Amino acid sequence: MMIMFVRRLMLCGLFTVLLQIDAVQAEAGLTIEITKGVETAVPIAIVPFGWQGQGSQAPVSFSSVIQADLSRSGLFKTLTERDMLTKPSAIDKVRFRNWRALGQEFLVIGQINEVSGRYQIQFQLFDVYKGEQLIGYRLTVAANEMRRTAHYISDLVYEKLTGKKGVFSSRIAYITTSIKANKQKLYKLLVADADGFNPRTIASSKEPLMSPAWSADSTKIAYVSFENKRSAIYVQTLATGKRTKVAAYRGINGAPAFSPDGSQLALTLSKDGSPDIYILNLNNRLLMKLTKSYGIETEPSWSPDGKHIVYTSDQGGKPQLYIISSRGGRSTRLTFDGDYNARGQFSTDGKSMIMVHANRGDYRIAIMDMATRTINVLTAGKHDESPSFSANGDMVLYASRKGKRSVLSAVSVDGRMQQKFAFDKGDVREPAWSH
Amino acid sequence: MRVNKKLLALAVSAAILSGCSSTDEKDGGVLDGSQNGVTDASTSGYATDGSLSGEQFGSNALGNNALGANGLGAEFSDPANPLSKQTIYFMYNSSQVQQDFIAVIAAHAQYLVNHSAQRIILEGHADERGSREYNIALGEQRAKSVYRMLKIQGVTDSQIEVVSYGEEKPASDGMDEASWQLNRRVEIAYQGQ
Repeated sequence: MMIMFVRRLMLCGLFTVLLQIDAVQAEAGLTIEITKGVETAVPIAIVPFGWQGQGSQAPVSFSSVIQADLSRSGLFKTLTERDMLTKPSAIDKVRFRNWRALGQEFLVIGQINEVSGRYQIQFQLFDVYKGEQLIGYRLTVAANEMRRTAHYISDLVYEKLTGKKGVFSSRIAYITTSIKANKQKLYKLLVADADGFNPRTIASSKEPLMSPAWSADSTKIAYVSFENKRSAIYVQTLATGKRTKVAAYRGINGAPAFSPDGSQLALTLSKDGSPDIYILNLNNRLLMKLTKSYGIETEPSWSPDGKHIVYTSDQGGKPQLYIISSRGGRSTRLTFDGDYNARGQFSTDGKSMIMVHANRGDYRIAIMDMATRTINVLTAGKHDESPSFSANGDMVLYASRKGKRSVLSAVSVDGRMQQKFAFDKGDVREPAWSH
Repeated sequence: MRVNKKLLALAVSAAILSGCSSTDEKDGGVLDGSQNGVTDASTSGYATDGSLSGEQFGSNALGNNALGANGLGAEFSDPANPLSKQTIYFMYNSSQVQQDFIAVIAAHAQYLVNHSAQRIILEGHADERGSREYNIALGEQRAKSVYRMLKIQGVTDSQIEVVSYGEEKPASDGMDEASWQLNRRVEIAYQGQ
């Protein structure tokens, strides 16, 4: 049952360092609510994990975290603890016919043992009808890795049962604004777990912060800061908190986007006149100008193979999406539907693109099939913006307005599932989902 | 009255200029290459508390122009004087200066020509509809429209800086056309002398 946990080790290493950076931050909570679910959700029982150690229970309730994750995906319907006839934590106590009688298709059990300050965790996923194990893992983690490990178990269960990678152990970056006692605005860039837990402020300023963008390996975030009263682009390493100013030219320094291999940053500069797309080599700092029109060119997004860049341009009079080779050359217009299409972003498989799509002042999130170029509108508007794909391409996180407040929401790419991310107070916007 | 005639002449030339589309942006050395290179920033201590020492800058809201602090003359607070107007408003998704504001810009141009040491920042803004980075670009186009009009009337490059905040610093938080009108603007921010 012992299986190597290479990916987990990497994740936990990162997590440990992150905690050291911002242990002081105890930011107000974020709760996620499913506003529209899928009727065909698969029934699954997550039994409370057994516990052996100090105190009456484990520091993190694994079953609660996994239940919340799987329910939130909209694809699973979890059995409440109250309805469980037994709560086995080992295979020899499992009676599959009991779970069949409860209408459950899958079952997760587990056990946590405290061993000299660390925690040994094992879990198994069963197919209730066949009465057989689908996956089983055992691993040992530190106390501060518990919650992340629970999310990782959710990822494994999700992937085994849906065939798609789970995104529960991914993170989201977002910008908040709040008004301080002296009526001054405070802008913050935060990073939280995908379920909204552990929010950590990685930058804050009295001047605007915007456009957070993850590197593909999720170790760095590029963003725009006006802290020096004009725009500049910074690249910040999450593990160390160290950051580098990579662009502070005259005019606009905006819309950073890491190339898939992390060696380059596409960005918008207006140093030569109108805003154009440039590519900055992060190793040798060479800057290449990619677009050269007299109008607005901004919001670059890389294709997953790094060969193309999609961007917003008003060269046709109104903002529309265009595609160009990342080595330069001629551009091709991609969008013709609607009078405003902007901020395109590729899915990780490159087969679809999300964008802000507007008709007569009604701004919504839309998805385009890259093969057929057909557009499907996913959200209700009227002020939806900043769409960001989940790593598995199943969900899109975006910002919308609720009264005067800006809030985050998520929608599945088939439109069947919707979630609302509710923060206690203040504005929250520009979500970016790590991969 | 001579002054007024001159203003009128400037206004006419400005009116013609304001018809320029953004395709003219690269003409006439709009930007004079004083760019900051790529530099590394030292950020020790940054990660631990996540705070930066920024400070409030420019005017965030309508009518919030710390005039006294800048030591500007009484003409800036006289409502009858066009210099008292330091915000130029724009139509939706447009960076074209409207007729109403040509005289205002001309008055500022003349003041700046007469006070060649005075520096200003043109802060471009957009309403919150649409994508944020596109709005940064739109805000800059608006500020550059004003910039071109000032420059053609004799204001020097060294007196003007353009910064676009896009939709990041709205003048009004409302979600209606009345608020959006107030947010689509360029603020002429006189710098301390």
